[in-house]
Amino acid sequence: MALLAEPRTALLDPMEPVPFRVRGIRDELEDTFTLELEPPNGRFEFAPGQYTMLYSFGIGEVPISVSGDASRPSRLVQTIRGVGAVTRALRNVRPGDVVGVRGPFGTPWPVDGATGRDIVFVAGGIGLAPLRPAIYRVLERRDHYGQVVVLYGARSPRELLFAEELQDWGGRFDVTVLVTVDNADRAWYGSVGVVTKLVPRAPYEPQNASAFVCGPEIMMRFAGQELESRGVAPEQIFVSMERNMKCGVGFCGHCQFATKLVCRDGPVFPFSEVARLLTVREV
Amino acid sequence: MTASGVIDRAGLDELIAALRNGGYTTIGPTIREGAIVYNEISGTSDLPVGWTDQQAPGGYRLEHLGDGRMFGYVVGPQSWKRFLYPQRNVIWSGVVTADGWETVTPPEPPTYAFIGVRGCELAAIAVQDRVFLAAGDRAADPSYAARREGAFIVAVNCADPGANCFCTSMGTGPVAGPGHDLVLTETVTDDGVVLLAESGSARGDALLASLAAMRPAEIADRERAAETMAAAQATVPHSMDTTDIHDLLLGNLEHPHWEAVAARCLGCANCTMVCPTCFCGTVTDELELDGGGARRVRSWDSCFTLEFSYIHGGSIRQAGSARYRQWLTHKLASWFDQFGTSGCVGCGRCITWCPVGIDLTAEVAAIRASDLRPAVPVAADGTEVNL
Repeated sequence: MALLAEPRTALLDPMEPVPFRVRGIRDELEDTFTLELEPPNGRFEFAPGQYTMLYSFGIGEVPISVSGDASRPSRLVQTIRGVGAVTRALRNVRPGDVVGVRGPFGTPWPVDGATGRDIVFVAGGIGLAPLRPAIYRVLERRDHYGQVVVLYGARSPRELLFAEELQDWGGRFDVTVLVTVDNADRAWYGSVGVVTKLVPRAPYEPQNASAFVCGPEIMMRFAGQELESRGVAPEQIFVSMERNMKCGVGFCGHCQFATKLVCRDGPVFPFSEVARLLTVREV
Repeated sequence: MTASGVIDRAGLDELIAALRNGGYTTIGPTIREGAIVYNEISGTSDLPVGWTDQQAPGGYRLEHLGDGRMFGYVVGPQSWKRFLYPQRNVIWSGVVTADGWETVTPPEPPTYAFIGVRGCELAAIAVQDRVFLAAGDRAADPSYAARREGAFIVAVNCADPGANCFCTSMGTGPVAGPGHDLVLTETVTDDGVVLLAESGSARGDALLASLAAMRPAEIADRERAAETMAAAQATVPHSMDTTDIHDLLLGNLEHPHWEAVAARCLGCANCTMVCPTCFCGTVTDELELDGGGARRVRSWDSCFTLEFSYIHGGSIRQAGSARYRQWLTHKLASWFDQFGTSGCVGCGRCITWCPVGIDLTAEVAAIRASDLRPAVPVAADGTEVNL
């Protein structure tokens, strides 16, 4: 009889963490480390700017941007700051341990859509980690772009993330790297001050530039305004928003940002869509 | 043509029994602790027969009329959300294995038959469907989908709208819209209380066809039901002007009225708990005492708590005004951007169950009365107007 309750169809579960094996742990800074994870099927496809939900068994989940190279999908590389219960638990894993992964989620940095243009990366603190896959992508196809500029600000010389790679990129003749710190020590001969001060100093043609900005919200707001005032179109400035992302797929509502759900509509947004909201308190 | 017929109370008992025999867990309105709430029922003797509810901003009480009607009240503090999206639910569990851990397959939830779903509640289920079911390249929430997929819905048209009901403003009632398997219209005749039953699906047709106690609906039955519902439609007491509401609210994010509401709002989260569409949830991780297993438990959360917007460094929305603004602008405006529908169905629960009687329709009207948007829109390219 048609009235009988029917058996249900099985569904792919976006809430189910997949076990990845830890293959490497690298300390980056005093509180920041990078995990290298092996996907169970050998490949983890993602686009630069996307993030995953990393799960420590029985402790909890955190949203972490992928910081590795999308052209090397055999390893999932994630750079994490140990500031809470889950991220500290992730710091204590050993090679061979298992970490849960959901994702990748979210919108990517549209670097592939910016070919032929000058590229300006603006990063603050650990904001360099979500940008690194985009930098890799651009450098991998360096001849597709005009000028390439990396502007980076950290709190102090001891807190420069990926310092060796910054030096490598800066040593190339086809990339400009400018670094600044908020608080210098006696050994520092570079710039001192906020990263937005580097925006006018970099070599790029604003009308033909695309900018990719990641850092604290206040830094992105002012970097975006500075880039816009130099003549970069707000539709060509991209920022990566941070809100409390708990599910990654728009079910839990924690990442509400006015009309956006940051987890699925973002985290990467054109500055033109969020600039006004960044000036309203507590949205 | 859809199947229809007339049943009395004994016929509804037969209908409930048929659903139970078909493998459904039958849920319906019952009285508990002075309120009408949804629980498992096995027959009409579990229903609040002869009772009605009196509602006001911040007020709710039951009154015994003894008129023999089985559905002579509107909606209480609970909604069907409680069953489709349980307040506390294990969404994942795993066990430790020799070389790590693995997922444990979850048990099957019951298949529900909901009896007494009102028009606004049908609309609320449709709103949550848009949040939790698959759409385009978005995957479904398996926990919700498993409960929703087979659910059998017996709707009831609201003959006596409550004091806080504004379903006519939201286009959701008092006559139940599509999405049900059966809809009942309850009327009182000289012979007692009868229900006009009309099918909305093949399953509904099959159920009606199986009822021995049903007689064919006559023209008089249909006319009586239509008159009852026309009267109900005309007497829905509350309303909300929804003209341009998306741009009105999002264009007034810095309106001083948010502070005025915050001065009254306790931040208790009652409105979000009773709301049939509020879907926000949090996840708590639990570890077995012996460390051999772990669970991820999802429970309802509320944008009125400080923890809700917490990120490293502090909560985004600290002020009460920012939290009320978040709730109201999401419910009535940004829900359109995110899910293509309003998040409000006009059921009035948030008004009734607000301990200080804040009425969202009055707050919207207050902002409308002192709209701070510039006379000329800043931009004219769709969703971002006036943002």
